[in-house]
Amino acid sequence: MTYIPHSPKERDAMLETIGVKRLDDLFEAVPAKHRFPNLNLPPAITEMEAAAELGELAAANESARDLVSFLGAGMYNHYIPSVVDHILRRGEFYTAYTPYQPEISQGTLQAIFEYQSLIVALTGMEVSNASHYDGATAAAEAVNLAWAQFRGKRTKVVISPTVHPQYREVIRTYTQGMELELAGDNAQADLETGPETLMELVDDNTMLVIVQYPDFFGRIYDYTKLIDLAHEKGALVCVVANPTALALFKTPGEMGADVVVGEGQPLGIPMWYGGPSLGYFTTRKKYVHKMAGRLVGETVDNRGQRAYVLTLTAREQHIKRERATSNICSNQGLLALASAVYLSLVGKSGLRQVAELCYHKAHYAAEQLSKLPGMGLCFGEPYFHEFALCVGQPVDEVNAHLLEHGIIGGYDLGQDYPALKDHMLIAVTEMNSKEEIDALVEVLAEVAHD
Amino acid sequence: MNTPANLKYTKSDEWFDPATGKMGLTDYAQGQLSDIVFVELLVEAGDSVEAGKPIASVESVKASAETYASASGAVAAVNEGLADGPEVLNSDPYGAGWMVQLEGGQPGEVMDAAEYEKYCEGREH
Repeated sequence: MTYIPHSPKERDAMLETIGVKRLDDLFEAVPAKHRFPNLNLPPAITEMEAAAELGELAAANESARDLVSFLGAGMYNHYIPSVVDHILRRGEFYTAYTPYQPEISQGTLQAIFEYQSLIVALTGMEVSNASHYDGATAAAEAVNLAWAQFRGKRTKVVISPTVHPQYREVIRTYTQGMELELAGDNAQADLETGPETLMELVDDNTMLVIVQYPDFFGRIYDYTKLIDLAHEKGALVCVVANPTALALFKTPGEMGADVVVGEGQPLGIPMWYGGPSLGYFTTRKKYVHKMAGRLVGETVDNRGQRAYVLTLTAREQHIKRERATSNICSNQGLLALASAVYLSLVGKSGLRQVAELCYHKAHYAAEQLSKLPGMGLCFGEPYFHEFALCVGQPVDEVNAHLLEHGIIGGYDLGQDYPALKDHMLIAVTEMNSKEEIDALVEVLAEVAHD
Repeated sequence: MNTPANLKYTKSDEWFDPATGKMGLTDYAQGQLSDIVFVELLVEAGDSVEAGKPIASVESVKASAETYASASGAVAAVNEGLADGPEVLNSDPYGAGWMVQLEGGQPGEVMDAAEYEKYCEGREH
């Protein structure tokens, strides 16, 4: 059975139109020896053999399920109720395709609408789109929004050096060729001066200021003052926020942020060795026409019944073409559904409980670890579930030792911040028991020295 | 299709009123776009505009279009009311739906009403 829809007759007609005789003539520019190269593949194996081989390869991985993990830095090990996966795998939902036709997609559209509503409630913002690929691309879309808003009249973006280094890298990639200036994105910057220092870089040409909450080192700042100062300069402010933390602390919406984005993975999505993941994106109503991505709205059908549709689609790239804010309007429909199911299951108080557990366990761990000789907390500011620990020796060596004891250690901060050589970023979530934290302290005590 | 005789028209479906210096989107254009839900003016009072350059971005329920200046000159005023009531572009394109008013505007390449009507008829097929 062939999946090529054109009949030989149609193909001949097309070939004749463009003036070639055979299909092969189209590939003349490719040297013959490269057209069908001999692939050096092993002989075919049975499904049983293939399953065994792949199973063996998969078993060679070490996962957060088999080991004790204190690694975070953007992806977090949270408990995922089994119902999440059960609902995701229902045939009605198990498609990644965008529901263009409301007549046949009410369930998917309603699920996305619920997702948007939950994210708006969590961030304290006014409107959420139907998601982006991940936190980093959502942050880059905030730059696109500001760029569209100022239409080139302002061209500078100020990024805090304490925004996730990989997010800053993605923003640099996204904005190549846009002729905008990125300021503040400096690994050598003083990391202890507090957020308002960023204002030194904010001028009349600044369209957007980006900060992270909690910042990359887990620190919690109230950005209200920074946001007010940036607004006085006419700039917009984007806060990259961890959604779990928002259950416990003041929301960026309350602080006056114009855009709040972040990584949705902590909301019921496995870490999966780094993805796929979910980027959430929220803003104020007045910027909704500049927002990228899909948006589901609630309306009534011709019988007055509640119904859901994709709305404000004329701002999207398939209609607005090169004048659209972004050339990406794909979303993570299935993973947005996962986070909506997760949030509905744990509820408002459940999410707060998760956040409290993370907070208290992280603080217990930090307290114990900072007692070890030669080790200590790097910063004094309040923090959520992650903290920078000075280990006084190369982090890769410490982590190798931890792994021997079945523990995945923290993120090596020296990779991104030369001043933080020999510092690791330790994340603690509700998944880490007191025994596991005590084991971490014990193993680190073996390598600690004055 | 409403095509007032006192106005000048562009091929990209904007009108210009030489008497008042106002310009906007034609009745034909609003009909093609259908329900207009959003207008963003790209210029403000004090700017100078050049015929053929974009002055507004319009979104309807099914399409999006740029509106280009039908004349060159200094912007004396813009219609601030459009932001909250874009539907007047559908209901009253030559009146409440004006977009930008120029001081001493010089029309670009424009047609008179009869020519524009003929031009639109030619596109109906």
